[in-house]
Amino acid sequence: MSTIDTASTPSPVLDVKGLSVTLRTPRGTVRAVNNVSFQAQAGKTLALLGESGCGKSMTAKAIAGLLDPVAEVEEGQMILDGQDLATMTARQRRKVAGPQLGIVFQDALTALNPVYKVGTQLGEAFRIHQKLSARQARSKAVELMQRVGIPEPESRVDAYPHQFSGGMRQRILIAMAVALNPSLLIADEPTTALDVTIQAQIMALLRSLREENNLAVVLITHDLAVVAEEADTVAVMYAGNVVETGTVAEVFANPRHPYTRGLLESVPVDAVRGSTLSSIPGNPPELHNVPSGCVYQSRCPLVQEVCRITRPELLPVRPASATAAPGVHHPGTVAQAAACHFSEELAHV
Amino acid sequence: MLVYLRKRIISSLLPLVVVVVGVFALARLTGNPASLYLPLNATDQMRADFTARQGLDQPLLVQMADYFGGVLRLDFGESLRTGEPAAAMALRAFPATLQLAATTMVIAIVAAVLVGCWAALKPNGIADRISSFVSMAAASIPDFWLAIVGIWIFAITLGWLPTSGVSGGEAWILPIATLMLRPFGVLVQIVRGAMVSALSEPYIKLARSKGASDARVVSHHALRNAAAPALTVAGDLTVGLVNGAVVVETIFGWPGIGKLMIDSILQRDFAVLQAAVLITAIAIFVLNILIDLGYALLDARVRPTVKA
Ligand SMILES: Nc1ncnc2c1ncn2[C@@H]1O[C@H](COP(=O)(O)OP(=O)(O)OP(=O)(O)O)[C@@H](O)[C@H]1O
Ligand code: SF4
Ligand SMILES: [Mg+2]
Repeated sequence: MSTIDTASTPSPVLDVKGLSVTLRTPRGTVRAVNNVSFQAQAGKTLALLGESGCGKSMTAKAIAGLLDPVAEVEEGQMILDGQDLATMTARQRRKVAGPQLGIVFQDALTALNPVYKVGTQLGEAFRIHQKLSARQARSKAVELMQRVGIPEPESRVDAYPHQFSGGMRQRILIAMAVALNPSLLIADEPTTALDVTIQAQIMALLRSLREENNLAVVLITHDLAVVAEEADTVAVMYAGNVVETGTVAEVFANPRHPYTRGLLESVPVDAVRGSTLSSIPGNPPELHNVPSGCVYQSRCPLVQEVCRITRPELLPVRPASATAAPGVHHPGTVAQAAACHFSEELAHV
Repeated sequence: MLVYLRKRIISSLLPLVVVVVGVFALARLTGNPASLYLPLNATDQMRADFTARQGLDQPLLVQMADYFGGVLRLDFGESLRTGEPAAAMALRAFPATLQLAATTMVIAIVAAVLVGCWAALKPNGIADRISSFVSMAAASIPDFWLAIVGIWIFAITLGWLPTSGVSGGEAWILPIATLMLRPFGVLVQIVRGAMVSALSEPYIKLARSKGASDARVVSHHALRNAAAPALTVAGDLTVGLVNGAVVVETIFGWPGIGKLMIDSILQRDFAVLQAAVLITAIAIFVLNILIDLGYALLDARVRPTVKA
């Protein structure tokens, strides 16, 4: 890391570098996540944006150390608070899970254990990491429920998951993830299964938790409106690859990858929340059938011969405003970068 | 809870009556006890007297009405063989069966949970394959065959264990080993299946995301969820154990309810047979209530009084 970078941006809470995850399938081993890099800063939200199946959840689970048995981190670093998660033992990772890293899973609404009281489940992190007694953990659970805005926590703490609405369950899960004040919170599509009004409440809760605790948030979504409203930086994923990254302001104002451009054009300006990314014609390649060359070639309107031969790397792009110097892609910076042979040409299209 | 109990008792009453009626009728199909209890050269007059004394000359329906009338007054009739009240004989034999069945099930369940969990931790791993083979074999060996082979090897050939009776701890080994094999085999497969599916549920990942260790994930999160299906099957197996007990008690001379049933069938001792069947049916009824209570303890969603 160069001195200039450390001066301009604080070192990230999470620094993912060249992460690749392989997946064993009946049709052979494939790469579900390929050479993915991004950073999350304290007090900021990074959005991982992409269509269904592009590897967002896989990336999140790799960071949390909770990949399915068929998946495996092949290479890369995941540096959390200065320590590389990828080289940790299972025991070390368990120590991190909770106190440093909280995660809200995509299938969250069914994730609570049906046979235990929510208070027991909320208190579990304290029992495991702080060795609190059942009674102490219960009062911590009440505090947590208060913190995430669950009414009547004193009595609700002894209720079971099926006695809560979807929105309340999501609050409980978020409370669980932030119970031990981690530095990083990963939220995997935290609002997809919820009503629109509840979605807004959950996003507001995440925002206030982030601000109060200076949390670094990785927000996984396929909702452009959510990215625009909630995120500071964005990493756009396609078929397991990050194809464009940068600040939300820059990327949305001046997308430098045809896929990002397609996404933004496909949604009307007054986009409603919850509109999904499905309006680009065609489908992403299947994992065992990712072409050599550019991953986006089968749907790209600008595809050229070179795109089929060499895969474009994720490289910093020259800022659209001609006076500024080219961004330097370095850990800790949020310079806009795109993986397209023609990203410069896109600057002024 | 009381509402639930009342419902349960009412809904169980009919099957109970059906069982007793069925046994009552079937028992009389096995023939007239007169031929067993009178000397071979008994005259027809002696037979007729005996039959009349026992009320066996009455139409079946009248006999049945008499019997149920007696049952309502807690009079279950007397043993033809010994003249003792039938209920007393059944109650005397029952604890022996209960002890045997309870010990067998406790051992079978504990062993099956350990082996089933071990197998479920790595589906298709080596432990899983071994346990799958062993449990399959255990579940499919007939218990009478096992009992005879067991007696032959350990009691007769090696002389380590007694062939029959209830004297001392060793006498328990063969009957329990014989009886537990099938429940053990079946339960290993159930526990394994339920654990594999519980371990793939989202709440397992959630627990791990809080830093829970493997041991905690298995014992706190998966096992409690896997317990419900295992409980159902364990209940059925315990009921099935009563059948097994008939065979095993007869082979090992275990003075339980199973042996009493067989003896009373062979002796056409109808009152004792009926009392034995009734007490067994009541035991099964109580067991089913206990299982329902077990569910409610395990999982709040099936608690009858809890409203969402
Ligand atoms: N356990 C698994 N077994 C087989 N394939 C899997 C498994 N988990 C994920 N995949 C595949 O890996 C790819 C990436 O999945 P991932 O869940 O990361 O997608 P995602 O971007 O989160 O999509 P979504 O928006 O639908 O959640 C998909 O093609 C998916 O089908
Ligand atoms: S490299 Fe070629 S195919 Fe890929 S996005 Fe750029 S223009 Fe399209
Ligand atoms: Mg996902």
